[in-house]
Amino acid sequence: MNPTELTSISALSPLWLGLAAVFEGFVGLVGAGIRLVGELLCAVGGALGVDMLCYSFMQQAFVAGICVGLVAPLVGSFLVHRDMAFIGDTLAHTAFAGVAVGLFVGSVSAISVSPYLTALVVAVIAALLIELISEYTDAYGDVPMAIVLSGGFALGTVLVSLSDGGIAVSISQYLFGSLSTVTLENAAVLVVLTAFVVAVVAATYKQLLFITFDETAARVARLNVATYNRLLVVLTALVVVAAMQIMGVILVAAMLVVPVAAAAQVARSFRGSVVVAVLAGELAVLVGLTLSYFYGVAAGGTIVLVAIGVYACAVALDRLGLSFKAGSGERVDARPAAVDGGEEPKGPKGPK
Amino acid sequence: MSSSDEARRGAGAVGGDAGTADRPEGERESIDGAVIEVSNVTFGYGGSPVLEDVSLTVEAGEFLGLVGPNGSGKSTLLRLVLGLHRPDSGEIRLFGEPARAFDDGERVGYVAQDVTGGTREMPITVREVVTMGRYPRVRFGRVGSRDRRIVTEAMETVGVDHLADRRLAHLSGGQRQRVFIARALAGEADLLALDEPAVGVDAESREAFYDLLHELNGRGITVVLIDHDIGVVTEHASRVACLNRRLFFHGDPDGFAESDALARAYGANQRLLDHDHS
Repeated sequence: MNPTELTSISALSPLWLGLAAVFEGFVGLVGAGIRLVGELLCAVGGALGVDMLCYSFMQQAFVAGICVGLVAPLVGSFLVHRDMAFIGDTLAHTAFAGVAVGLFVGSVSAISVSPYLTALVVAVIAALLIELISEYTDAYGDVPMAIVLSGGFALGTVLVSLSDGGIAVSISQYLFGSLSTVTLENAAVLVVLTAFVVAVVAATYKQLLFITFDETAARVARLNVATYNRLLVVLTALVVVAAMQIMGVILVAAMLVVPVAAAAQVARSFRGSVVVAVLAGELAVLVGLTLSYFYGVAAGGTIVLVAIGVYACAVALDRLGLSFKAGSGERVDARPAAVDGGEEPKGPKGPK
Repeated sequence: MSSSDEARRGAGAVGGDAGTADRPEGERESIDGAVIEVSNVTFGYGGSPVLEDVSLTVEAGEFLGLVGPNGSGKSTLLRLVLGLHRPDSGEIRLFGEPARAFDDGERVGYVAQDVTGGTREMPITVREVVTMGRYPRVRFGRVGSRDRRIVTEAMETVGVDHLADRRLAHLSGGQRQRVFIARALAGEADLLALDEPAVGVDAESREAFYDLLHELNGRGITVVLIDHDIGVVTEHASRVACLNRRLFFHGDPDGFAESDALARAYGANQRLLDHDHS
């Protein structure tokens, strides 16, 4: 970094410090709110003979889980239906490299950086890189995605092995997630992040839906497709890092995909599918966290297994629902496209 | 597509906001003169040219049928006209503006080749798809009661209003095709661009579909239709263009039937055709 850059950063620093102070105050306020709600739930739970929510770490874990159960299926709905399901996994693994960078910097220098902050920075950079590659090659190809995924993870493991044993111990909490390490501050930051992601998606819902459904038509309608694609991948990076804490790097992508897949089985409208996906995500998180508390099993894995259970139920419900409706004489066309040759265009067709 | 020209288009779209706001609501803008002007356009994907020195003008209210053998560059020409590609040389104007800089997205309705295919499995209802036609007009605002009324009218026009709350993936090819036309109508498009929309649709729906296009054209909507069925094109279109890398014919259907353009255009890659028919 050259001297002029340094000066410009120091010139900015009062502004940054101010913003950071405002943010910290805000997070503190949210944290106090979480504690208040937690005590309320504890009182309610106590009356029912359940003391799970009286532990502050469980209150924080539930808040974090509820945030993840909301934003992951929300953003995932736009990813899954345009065959970008894999991107969540890719970003999670590059976020691991970010975690390693944070831990590495912390171990070799006096500066202490939050591994979540470095994970966020690295994941956002990786997201934009993937988007650039896809703009260049016109597809979210498997191969570039696999290279970024394994490259990120490889970089993470190398950085971890470069540092002394201390960080190798703490690394498993990032790989597999951990309930007990969710601090009140982490939970409050997650609430703020969730509000931000929900607000952005609400403001750009129409544009995101249009590019998800029909990117070419969106281009013809003069939507700035590249900008919205970049927005979507950056939102994904935010969600992945947010969810990493309780889900772990390896399982985080499941929350982007599994509830959405379940919703696609039962919903008719896209709006409805987003609502169902969020409900499925919340169900998985709440049931998963509760099971994890009572049986002392890994939270991330339990949540994913419950989510897959919800998906299996949705598939079964869809099959049963179809046969039930058919039995009642209502017209249900499961695959009428084949009737008039709708499958045909898969064969040779005109010039592209 | 470079990021810089995306950015420029984004800036253009913001500037275009003011222009659309001035427009009286719900009224079709009076269009004088050419909707599409293609002048001396050459284009290729990397290697050999797909289009060579093509010039073509489509006047407001015309129904242009674009025909030519497989691989003749029909779809490419349409994509160029819609501003999805940049020509290697020559100029393309859409409603009088350079096609790449044109930003009144709502004035163009595009129905792509593969809408009838089984690829659109995502949960979405007919009404949601047709409402997308309003998005370029609504932008960041809310879809209001007036928008919803226009959407319902568009669905009634093409006869899919009874399917409004059905999932798109559960419709037949012919029904889906009508849904996409309804989306274009909901945007109150002045130009309807269709790329082989009848692929994979049964004969009866196809006939009704061409009648619908004819009716819409009668309402003043300019139609550009790519179709491999030359009989259909000459029957319904008011102008015919025959393309095979170069433009072999552009004129009225009667003149096309009398000319030898078809034989010349298809003869240009006879070997390729023989291969197709084997």
